[in-house]
Amino acid sequence: MSDVVSSKREARTGSSKGFEEVLVDVKNLKMYFPITEGVFVPKVVAQVKAVNDVSFQIFKGETLGIVGESGCGKTTTGRCILQLEQPTAGEIIYRGQDITKFSSKELIEVRKKIQVIFQDPYSSLNPRMKVGDIIAEPMHVHKIITDPVERRKRVLYLLNVCGLASAFADRYPHEMSGGQRQRVGIARALAMNPEFIICDEAVSALDVSIQAQVINLLEDLRDEFDLTYMFISHDLSVVRHICHRVAVMYLGNLVELADGDELFENPLHPYTNLLLNAVPIPDPDVEKHRAHEIIQGEIPSPINPPSGCVFHPRCPKAVDGCTKNIPQLREIKPGHWVACSEV
Amino acid sequence: MALLEIKDLQTQFFTSAGTVKAVDGVSYTVEEGETVAVVGESGSGKSVTAMSIMRLIPWPPGKIVGGSIMFDGQDLLSLSEDEMRSIRGRDIGMIFQEPMTSLNPVLTIGLQLTEPMISHLNLSEEEANQKAIKLLGMVGISEPERRLSQYPHHLSGGMRQRVVIAMALACDPKLIIADEPTTALDVTIQAQILELMKNLTRDLGVAMIIITHNLGVVARYADRVNVMYAGRIIESGLASDIYHRPRHPYTLALLKSVPRMDRQRTDKLDPVDGQPPDLTKLDDGCSFRPRCRFAQDHCAKSFPVLEEIENGHTSACFEKENLAKEVKEVVG
Repeated sequence: MSDVVSSKREARTGSSKGFEEVLVDVKNLKMYFPITEGVFVPKVVAQVKAVNDVSFQIFKGETLGIVGESGCGKTTTGRCILQLEQPTAGEIIYRGQDITKFSSKELIEVRKKIQVIFQDPYSSLNPRMKVGDIIAEPMHVHKIITDPVERRKRVLYLLNVCGLASAFADRYPHEMSGGQRQRVGIARALAMNPEFIICDEAVSALDVSIQAQVINLLEDLRDEFDLTYMFISHDLSVVRHICHRVAVMYLGNLVELADGDELFENPLHPYTNLLLNAVPIPDPDVEKHRAHEIIQGEIPSPINPPSGCVFHPRCPKAVDGCTKNIPQLREIKPGHWVACSEV
Repeated sequence: MALLEIKDLQTQFFTSAGTVKAVDGVSYTVEEGETVAVVGESGSGKSVTAMSIMRLIPWPPGKIVGGSIMFDGQDLLSLSEDEMRSIRGRDIGMIFQEPMTSLNPVLTIGLQLTEPMISHLNLSEEEANQKAIKLLGMVGISEPERRLSQYPHHLSGGMRQRVVIAMALACDPKLIIADEPTTALDVTIQAQILELMKNLTRDLGVAMIIITHNLGVVARYADRVNVMYAGRIIESGLASDIYHRPRHPYTLALLKSVPRMDRQRTDKLDPVDGQPPDLTKLDDGCSFRPRCRFAQDHCAKSFPVLEEIENGHTSACFEKENLAKEVKEVVG
């Protein structure tokens, strides 16, 4: 770990208490992708309901985890916040302003403050650019630092912060390992001095020993630069380790939202419960004594999601009403929200 | 006698950058009906070992340069290609990581499933179809009759992996090699598939080698574990020994670097520093030495051999006593 990142870490609290300022407020977000038929006069025949009426808040300084399986809408939610998708409906309020209504000019300012780290360190770096140029590019584009010498200085500083030697600035991505590339992706995200970073499966492609290095780096940077993270991942063990609060998504819906420890120790939604059950724990003794309740069936199509509660066809606790009534997110305990009528 | 006995296997790749010793003296055994896990990170040689057992190492650039693989009383490395073909898919089944690429997209499920039975077991088409329907039912696929005429793209990833499992089981194999069988699948589907594999191998008495990087999967399903690093097995033993009394610094470091879902947030993970070694530039010493906090001068002189500590628990480390003193027990 580099010296630049000092040991400024503070003892982390077990809950999100202490995070009060709302940074991002997502209200009734919907993102439908049309499926069209016909070549010359395309006609919308169906819609993929990737995100269906999702609301949550992200507090300044916290790390909010978004978990769920493929196709649950977690990445699409992230892309909507980044304004890489224009949502079908809903508001994304960033620092008091609805950025879905912003013009592309107004968005430029917002984009300096919201950055993203992608999953695949192989495809998210331009193979024809040197690492130093990759990191310098956003500062150049946004005219943050116009002097090339100063820019170079900052590139070396950022590399160092991310645990890479200065010599890497003159290398190409293919000369680096996966973990090193991911560090470059992180350095690039930091180049703009952002306050909010969306990490979309940022450590999923890495081997365990390298993954731990990058997780520690992300935590150090969070403390050093007062960053807020939205941590999108399917790996529940990593999420438990790094996140203050966790939201669980299923088929475009947010089904549960709570403080990390509360969610993992006291899951209330039947889906969350089964999801946690499916994750194997690296300890044979623990595994021997765990109930292995397996979730039945597969995720239904988001084109034609089930009526009522979208989880009812696979839910062990479903009753008649679940096929008709759409459950709303309710606060069962302070800070613990669940969308299930049977809780 | 063990069902499979690998002795001092060496597989190398001859590339322009030098000779890659992908597998460098690996030995392990698999008894009938047991599940053995091979764990390691990318490039540790776990998949190459599996491909060597199947004799599927592409030449050029790869070649098995030494060792023996005794399977059911015969040395697979001395068989002709024809003889090997009659074992592959019949006595040894294989399940690959990517269900998308291990099925042929232009052939029906039925054709792919019946082909090995017709060629290996000399079943008629009708008999093979009947058996295929039974197999698909066994792996939990609904409406098996209708599936025979479907193509892989009609099925989801989890369903495809079920078909691949059915194919692996088609000729009543004695051993199944599963190479990262659930890595491409979602966690709930992963649990379904692993549970299915466990039940089937237990009910049918099939031995299984499960190759994975996921320490949780190993803890849940394996009887014995081999940990690989840079082409060698560095520790081997019962799952409970490996997890609770690791006697190799790499195993210890690996266990400490995984976050656990059943634990509250601790302050920090304890990762292994540095990068895995370049396999073309290995020297005579221990390959984990540059990243090892127990390393001494003599670690550079020769590679430690696997030595037994107690009841089949082996470790390849000169400093294992020191490590044992410092790490009494990894608290569960």
